[in-house]
Amino acid sequence: MDFGFCLSPSSHVKMDTIDLTTFNRLKETNPDVNTCIACGSCTATCTAGNFTEMSFRRILLMLQRGKEDEAKKLIQHCMLCGKCTLVCPRGINIRKILLDITR
Amino acid sequence: MNQYIFHPFVLPFVLGMAFVLTYCLVGLFRVIFQLPKDDRKQFLRSLVTPKTAWANIRDLFGDCLFHVKIWKRNPVLGYMHSAIAFGWFMIIVIGHIMLFTLKPLQGVEVEGFARTFTNFYYPIFYKHFATETPVFAFLMDFFLLMIISGIIIAVVKKIYSKIVGVKRVTKFGFADNMIRFALWTIFPFRLIAEKTNIMAFWWLYSIDLMVFMCMLPFTRYMHIPTEALFILMRHAGLKAREPRKGYALAELYSCPSCGLCIDACPMSVNDKNSGNTSAYFMKKMRNGDYEDSQRIAETCLMCGKCVSVCPVSIESCDIKFSQRAATPYSINSDHSYLDAVGMHRDTSLLYFAGCMTQLTPKIMRSMKQIMEAAGEDYEFLDKDGGICCGRPMLLSGKVAEAQAMIAKNTELIKKSGAKRLVLSCPICYKVFKDEYKLEGIEILHHTQYIDELIKTGRFKVSKGDVNYVYHDPCELGRAYGVYDEPREVIENVGNLRKAKSEKELSICCGGSLGSFNLTQQERDEITQNSVNDLMFNNPDEIVTACPLCLKTFAKKSPVAVKDIAEIVSEKL
Repeated sequence: MDFGFCLSPSSHVKMDTIDLTTFNRLKETNPDVNTCIACGSCTATCTAGNFTEMSFRRILLMLQRGKEDEAKKLIQHCMLCGKCTLVCPRGINIRKILLDITR
Repeated sequence: MNQYIFHPFVLPFVLGMAFVLTYCLVGLFRVIFQLPKDDRKQFLRSLVTPKTAWANIRDLFGDCLFHVKIWKRNPVLGYMHSAIAFGWFMIIVIGHIMLFTLKPLQGVEVEGFARTFTNFYYPIFYKHFATETPVFAFLMDFFLLMIISGIIIAVVKKIYSKIVGVKRVTKFGFADNMIRFALWTIFPFRLIAEKTNIMAFWWLYSIDLMVFMCMLPFTRYMHIPTEALFILMRHAGLKAREPRKGYALAELYSCPSCGLCIDACPMSVNDKNSGNTSAYFMKKMRNGDYEDSQRIAETCLMCGKCVSVCPVSIESCDIKFSQRAATPYSINSDHSYLDAVGMHRDTSLLYFAGCMTQLTPKIMRSMKQIMEAAGEDYEFLDKDGGICCGRPMLLSGKVAEAQAMIAKNTELIKKSGAKRLVLSCPICYKVFKDEYKLEGIEILHHTQYIDELIKTGRFKVSKGDVNYVYHDPCELGRAYGVYDEPREVIENVGNLRKAKSEKELSICCGGSLGSFNLTQQERDEITQNSVNDLMFNNPDEIVTACPLCLKTFAKKSPVAVKDIAEIVSEKL
């Protein structure tokens, strides 16, 4: 409910003002992004995540919230080693998705 | 007696032949000038180097004329191809020998340019103009009938391909089907024309030849002239650098679309994916179908089986790789964080587990036990998770990014003062062998290392009575021919049973990092097929030497899947 004023600024993400072009394009080419359960197995095994903030789970969340620039900054650290794809319980083709985002 | 040796029906043939010769000559210069400067020099030098010259002659005869590799694959298929190609070649050669032995032609002395022009078509249509000696008549008829016998097999193969041991054949478009029909009819027409001398058949024969010649550059039959050039270039040690230029172009046109790779390809287990095999890839690259060829290049598992069965020895994986490398990316990688990575301790024996082995700690544990049993003083290169070897990045076509990892790993290895480097993952092994410049450091896969430890008696193993089957990982077997060491190790700890397809014919596990586009379901089908192949002789356990294969098989195998290090450490 919006009275036009509040004690603290609203913390909810305004879904209609964010830019979802990258995420929507990704959904089209890789429908399996929709099946992610955000379990974090990819993040736990990530080779680059050992040295940096790199985390596929976070990248996907960022894209879903329209934070494209932050996601692209993280993705630069990826080594494409494929451990994330191997451990994903949903069988998401993560390497392909990572590669598609950088195209 | 005729006044001169000419008849209008030779004209279609002359036109077709002139066209195809001009096309091939222009193509030859185009390919040679497209080569990078160093490659061109290397190529021209190789032509006069005695060793490569000898290999050239051997393979020009062996591959282009006698088709040794096809005979080895299937004798009926070998006879079919040899009958047509070798028979046709012999008819041309004997025709030309007759040209020099039987003069003047038909009692008419033709001189100067007219003579040269006549020589162009005379051996093809000589029966219309002259009668030959009995010996030549017999030879010509013999080879003509040989060709026709080959064509009969080809027609039967078109209807029922299993007769030559081929399950799936390449599906062709209109142009390829039409030129094949032209080729099949050339020789029956020639036979009828020669035996009956009916003018209509001479015309049909000549027009058929024209159709064949004019369509040749735009169809798969371009492999006939290109293969000769390709053999010379292959022996010069050239590699495909750009997907559609120079050496790669020669490779593309040398592919006869025979389709032997279709049955071999692990992806063919799913009929839909058999369209992603090398035969179709090469065809689409030739036709300039960029979108499809890019998609196939990124779908391929890069297991290399098509290369090992290819009768022309085309390195299609290299072309796929250069196609990937030509893809532009809008975001570049940033691997500057690698600078901070360091080593724990200097050592003479380094062990690099690699990303995939980090995911299968039981292999790492077994390797620790083995090295400790042998009393080795070793150190991990990636104890708490190191840097990736660079091969997965390289497979995506991002060469510069891969080089960053390769440089950092090289620096770490050199700094450690190691003399030997043991790897547990064949993916790493391939890139270390191919790309790393580690002079004076011996690179071993753990199968080779364990084999050496057992042979030099560094530790004792007890032999059990478990029946094992060994799966050859693509990047260890086909890429580097490490076939014997793992088998000898297994013989030391148990009994080795054979798989249905072994060594260079081993089937990819389906987990390969080479493919980007295959879905999990498609990969599972490949894995199931590979497991069925391994279970052929009902082994008790499947043994492999690659952590990725191990993890992939474990999902589908009805029996236990173990790494070779594991079965050795169990028997220490």
